[in-house]
Amino acid sequence: MDHLVTARSMFGITMAFHIIFATLGVGIPLMILCSELLYQKTKDNDYAIMAKRWTKTIAVLLGIAIPTGTIAAVQLSLLWPGFMEVIGRVMSLPFQIEVYAFFVEALFMSIYVYAADRISPIMRIVSITLVLIGALGSAVLITNVHAFEGTPAGFRIENGKIVDVDPWAAFFNPSFAVTAGHVAVSAFMTGAFVIASVAAIKMIRSRKKSEAVYKFHHKALILGLVVGGIFSIATALNGHASAQGLYDYQPEKLAAAEGLFETQDHAPLAVGGYTSEKEQKVKWAFEIPWGLSFLSDNRFDTVVLGLNDFPREYWPPLFVHTLFNGMVGIGSLLILLSIVGFAWYKILKKRLFPRWLLWIFGVAGPLSMLSVEFGWVFACTGRQPWVIYRIMKTAEAVTTSSDLHLLFAFFLAVYLIMGIAVVLVLLYYFKRHPVSKELEGQVE
Amino acid sequence: MTSALIAIIVLWGFIFIYAVMATMDFGAGFWSMIYINREQTNATSVANRYLSPTWEVTNVFIVAIVVGLFSFFPGAAFTLGTVLLIPGSIILLLLSIRSSFLVFSHYAKTYEKILTYVSGISGFLIPAFLICVLPITHGGYIDIIDGTNKLNLSSVFTSPHVYSFIGFAISSTLFLSSLLLADYSKVSNEFESYKIYRRDALITGPISLLMGVFIMLTMRSEASWLYDNMMNVKGWLIGSVIMFLLTFVALWIPSTRGLGMPRLAVITTIIQYFLASYAYGKSHLPYIVYSDVTIHSGFTDPGAFKAVFITYIVGFAILFPGFFYFWKLFMKDRDYLKKKIYK
Ligand code: HDD
Ligand code: HEM
Ligand code: HEM
Repeated sequence: MDHLVTARSMFGITMAFHIIFATLGVGIPLMILCSELLYQKTKDNDYAIMAKRWTKTIAVLLGIAIPTGTIAAVQLSLLWPGFMEVIGRVMSLPFQIEVYAFFVEALFMSIYVYAADRISPIMRIVSITLVLIGALGSAVLITNVHAFEGTPAGFRIENGKIVDVDPWAAFFNPSFAVTAGHVAVSAFMTGAFVIASVAAIKMIRSRKKSEAVYKFHHKALILGLVVGGIFSIATALNGHASAQGLYDYQPEKLAAAEGLFETQDHAPLAVGGYTSEKEQKVKWAFEIPWGLSFLSDNRFDTVVLGLNDFPREYWPPLFVHTLFNGMVGIGSLLILLSIVGFAWYKILKKRLFPRWLLWIFGVAGPLSMLSVEFGWVFACTGRQPWVIYRIMKTAEAVTTSSDLHLLFAFFLAVYLIMGIAVVLVLLYYFKRHPVSKELEGQVE
Repeated sequence: MTSALIAIIVLWGFIFIYAVMATMDFGAGFWSMIYINREQTNATSVANRYLSPTWEVTNVFIVAIVVGLFSFFPGAAFTLGTVLLIPGSIILLLLSIRSSFLVFSHYAKTYEKILTYVSGISGFLIPAFLICVLPITHGGYIDIIDGTNKLNLSSVFTSPHVYSFIGFAISSTLFLSSLLLADYSKVSNEFESYKIYRRDALITGPISLLMGVFIMLTMRSEASWLYDNMMNVKGWLIGSVIMFLLTFVALWIPSTRGLGMPRLAVITTIIQYFLASYAYGKSHLPYIVYSDVTIHSGFTDPGAFKAVFITYIVGFAILFPGFFYFWKLFMKDRDYLKKKIYK
């Protein structure tokens, strides 16, 4: 592998691994907060048990989220020193403020986990709320750096030197709000669906065995589906705004996402298929006429720029079309799924979910996580060849140190070990502490 | 005072806080491993009771240092980022194994021992690698090849200067953490553990002082610019040695509940390290990486500095009550400290 590709793969793998735990680190605290509040409202002990068990889960997951995040932060300087030099001069604010968010999260997470039995219910709710604020804050702030890479602002380059730095203008760069919002709501959605998935699988397992256990998981499933449903709609609405952001600021990324070669009005939206450069179209796609024009600017006669309007060397890789489709497809599917669940339970008033539906709920969480991965790889790879759009190429930012291969192998191995270990530890812990015992009050 | 000087002081402050917290943190992990087979004492559970809530907070400081470095001194971050690829990656790998296995060891009781060994050993190695960054900044290990900086790894790992730093890091880790745990166990009325940790501190203390002396000896030949500067601030170094002696006095003072006043010893030791690292930091100026990067050449844009500095003040003002509450719950609450078995 050539040097640049190795560096990109290395950083991409780090991020792809971190994002799993980071997303849950934002999404699950919201679910814990919901169950704490429900417990205070209903005094139903099941919700207290849910909060406790999810807290154990998140405490284990943070054991990976935090070190991999630390790797990400340091690796940025190690692998992309050229990029970080610009960031240091212009865009250090979000990183700085993020450190405070980390402190808030770390302090109150420890308090919530290790002092839960010594503090009042109000302080418990305050603590978990602060955990949520800290985690959400770190996600929003780091996403701001990503937003800046796509829509840089707050400085000029003159004769190779950075001048006229305005750190707050860089902070409030044009795509900050939309991008950060998208990441936040998609994390809430993913956390909720992951909870719903686990509950659904547990329901299938406990159906014939224990009424109490079954009911417990049923409550968790409904909570997951409600929260997941709300936020999947929010994610789609906001995703629409993200796409319009691309239309305004990174048109070649949108063109690559949709495999559009010729600039045109009434542009169609291509769903599925793959982009063929030779044939200048998306093969095997299902086309929604006028769809892309409408998506870009809410009007059918909007002119959308095609790839051929840009120099070939500035094109992003064309496979991003598939990633974009994957994300949007899963998002739409999950909205549909929430609606089905809601209709089944509230409108048809059926008390039990059939087995097949539970199985579908069971894959909702993993699908949602997959969507997050697709979205990020799309966002980062679709920005290529730029690390800062139209300002710095990725190739200019990469470290000059060679010999990345061996390090890459080591990082891969460590992620593999950590990934397997975390799954085993969670399985082990919950096998040893089954919910049935907690429901009978055998565990303190 | 120039902005660059304020910035390096803030960064130095973070490094000092991290150095103290991290040595205690990594050391506690190490001791919890060493004493895991002694069923009759609670030395391991005392270490865990300290460690469980604090490692996450400690970790944020290392992130704060990295962020502080590239926000205040992007030029220096560029050089260090290029040069430290390999040692930095080793630290990251060890750090992630250490943190994750530490957490896992609390949740998978059957495998607690093996998990504790993995996290204890990797944690023990981290300070050794972390401290190598210091001698690397003293100059002499970086070659310039085709206009870019490259670290000469073989000269790093054959240098006695580097090894004296490594020895210092390991012995200090053990010294500081055993002192802290001695104090922590005394407050918790764990007198068996107190005796053990007090003994460990008495052994590791003189070793770490000796290592400090070694550093000065090797520095004299390998980084004479720094040595000369340090000799100009001798007063601080002498003060540091005096504090060290006071620590030993504190550990031998008879008190009502067992020999020694560990709380006092912790305080004098922190002052000891503070004085020594102040002397070191002051002598290091104006260089960040000798001899090409100074605090002025690598400094950020003044506007960006101002904005970041304001967030520091606002941020820590807001965070302060949180730190206080945390401290009250875990360092002062006698009910927590006395809890017999770690849950
Ligand atoms: C549960 C996950 C999820 C779901 C269902 C969706 N997204 Fe998304 N999307 C993300 C998770 C995500 C993400 C992982 O969070 C990204 C990556 C970068 C970012 O800002 O958010 C993202 C990026 C992203 C971008 C690129 C932004 C950029 O390059 O800066 C666009 C245009 C969309 N999304 C649009 C949509 C649309 C129209 C959706 C319709 C349903 C949608 N997303 C669903
Ligand atoms: C908000 C946080 C993020 C920031 C600031 C960020 C920034 C970067 C930077 C600086 C690079 C290297 C240079 C480049 O290739 O352009 C990169 C590449 C990459 N990132 Fe992100 N990233 C973020 C989140 C993510 C996430 C969550 C993923 C998850 C999958 C991801 C996937 C990738 C991939 C796959 C690459 C390599 C892209 C390629 O070269 O084709 N990124 N990112
Ligand atoms: C959108 C992508 C990302 C999201 C949603 C995200 C979110 C999170 C969350 C929720 C945590 C864990 C808990 C905590 O706040 O302490 C975390 C940890 C961390 N993340 Fe990420 N992160 C993302 C990308 C990145 C990137 C690109 C970096 C690198 C600069 C990074 C650096 C860190 C660090 C350093 C930590 C550990 C903090 C600590 O020591 O407590 N993250 N992240």
